[in-house]
Amino acid sequence: MSRFILRRVLQMIPTILAVVLIIFVIFSVVPGSFVSSLLAEGRNVTNAQVVSHLNEQFGLDQPLPVRLWDYLSGLVQGDLGTSYRTREPVWQTIAPRLWPSIKLALAAMVLAAGVGIPLGFLAALKPGSVFDSATMVVAVSGLSLPEFWFGLLLMYAFALQLGWLPSFGYQPGSISHVILPAIALGVSPMALLARTTRSGVLDVMNADFVRTGRAKGVSEPRLVRAHVARNVLVLVLTTMGLQIGALMGQAIVIEKLFSWPGIGSLLVDSVATRDIPVVQGTVLVIVLWFLIINMLVDIAYAVIDPRIKVG
Amino acid sequence: MNDILPDPVLSVRDLQIGIGNKLKIVHGVSFDILPGETYGLVGESGSGKSVTGLSIMGLLKRPLNVTGGALHFLGHDLRRIRPRDHRRLRGDRMAMVFQEPMTALNPLAPIGRQIAEMFVIHRGMDWSEAKAKAVEALESVRVPSPEERARAYPHQLSGGMRQRVMVAMALACRPDLLIADEPTTALDVTVQAGVLELIADLCTAEGTAVLLISHDLGVIANMCQRVGVMDRGRLVEEQDTKALFENPMHPYTRGLLAARPRLGSRVPGERGRLIELEQMVADEDRGHDVPTLVTPRGPRKEVTA
Ligand SMILES: Nc1ncnc2c1ncn2[C@@H]1O[C@H](COP(=O)(O)OP(=O)(O)O)[C@@H](O)[C@H]1O
Ligand SMILES: [Mg+2]
Repeated sequence: MSRFILRRVLQMIPTILAVVLIIFVIFSVVPGSFVSSLLAEGRNVTNAQVVSHLNEQFGLDQPLPVRLWDYLSGLVQGDLGTSYRTREPVWQTIAPRLWPSIKLALAAMVLAAGVGIPLGFLAALKPGSVFDSATMVVAVSGLSLPEFWFGLLLMYAFALQLGWLPSFGYQPGSISHVILPAIALGVSPMALLARTTRSGVLDVMNADFVRTGRAKGVSEPRLVRAHVARNVLVLVLTTMGLQIGALMGQAIVIEKLFSWPGIGSLLVDSVATRDIPVVQGTVLVIVLWFLIINMLVDIAYAVIDPRIKVG
Repeated sequence: MNDILPDPVLSVRDLQIGIGNKLKIVHGVSFDILPGETYGLVGESGSGKSVTGLSIMGLLKRPLNVTGGALHFLGHDLRRIRPRDHRRLRGDRMAMVFQEPMTALNPLAPIGRQIAEMFVIHRGMDWSEAKAKAVEALESVRVPSPEERARAYPHQLSGGMRQRVMVAMALACRPDLLIADEPTTALDVTVQAGVLELIADLCTAEGTAVLLISHDLGVIANMCQRVGVMDRGRLVEEQDTKALFENPMHPYTRGLLAARPRLGSRVPGERGRLIELEQMVADEDRGHDVPTLVTPRGPRKEVTA
């Protein structure tokens, strides 16, 4: 098993390399530069000499391959570059944003899995019932709900009107601050998980081995617990992995709305100021999160599904 | 026939199975299975053999249901029995082996555990005791190194081995009736005989009655004392096996027998393919009349829907 994990980690390296290249090239060719954004802000850099001086200082006068080489050689040493804006290492800008982002993503996922999966299960056990129809209506609406609007609604109802929860901001160790943004972020994966679970349960309940279980005299509750549940989990795991993986990227809007100091809001801010090294760093973190989650899902598969070859 | 027959294990009377209330797929089938007897149910695919077996087990699925007739099993009226009592009979007193061994086992559980579950639910054993019994059960179906195999998962076994596991599971609680629905149809020809022999040996030793469902007359001939022939939802003929093969009464049965492929026989011009049973029966002897039941005493009654 440890060899399987090691192999899976090594497999990530080429992907990461490709992602780094793509990110670097894209952000090097997009129009607008940090210097021009300073101009746009009305700072006093109208002088052509000042512009070329700044470009030189940030290495922007170098040709693309040279800049790429500098970036890559820094990266292998764990150096993500220097922020144009703060003149601090990018890593130091990103590090304090990591935990809030992870916390929000995990909270949203706990909510989505903790509510979505049981809901899908219950709906599937009584297909066609009022409960089933109601759950699926909610699930479809949950999927099509605009996050931003839903977040605003939550904020209005639970923070402004009822005053139960803080409307925005982040406090280390505070649970109440994470609830509203986690709900806003978690509805759509929750809806998707409810639907995937429901169809997974219906599939598995029709499988031959479930008929065998019935022929053995296994009771329905025991059949669901001992045979159906694990097989459904195998089906749901893929969806769950993709959803958790995508959460950090999806959190951008929600983080901004709730003034959540995570990777997403950092990305928005640094795009606005064309702070390209920070943009590259945050995008890299979002992609890494996706890759790591997927690796964990593969490992989880290897643990619960004996058909997957390990070693 | 004798006058002093023992009470049948299973008695099926005028069994009717339909889809909802409109479409009928089994139109009044009657047969008895005596203790320790192997009764064959033969007929083309689609003639209603499987649904008949499933109705006895109480495993018909949603649109299908028993719409008429009577099913008696060891003194239980299976049409009136409470579902939970029927469930308790399943696996314990009546067991079933299915056609498709590849999908009939839970892919995520070791086979030993799947067999052991029988002892846990029907005998109230704890898991360690039940697992020891499961190894014995594997041994009894001649699975090599049973202790090791008990820890294997279904995908690690061949089709023949899996079917042996299914047999071990079905016979674990020494049931009174085993329903084997095309138990070897999906298997490689080289292992079919072994599985059939196993079923015959174990059931003879335990006095287990068998309802053997097959479209293959060769299988039926080797295994069964009596045979019922089904055609389009009706039992058209019932005879002792020997008599059936020597003197088939019903034209449909004669068609089946004539269409029986002999090993290695080929249809000229068919590029070496074995004769398709269904095709031949369709060509040979199928009237559009309602099939009638033929017994050694001659046509007994119109079997009407
Ligand atoms: N779930 C079902 N829904 C509708 N028709 C069915 C279903 N299962 C079986 N049938 C029909 O019932 C008839 C008998 O099927 P079956 O018992 O499987 O035949 P056999 O086992 O003899 O091949 C067939 O015509 C089949 O199409
Ligand atoms: Mg069948």
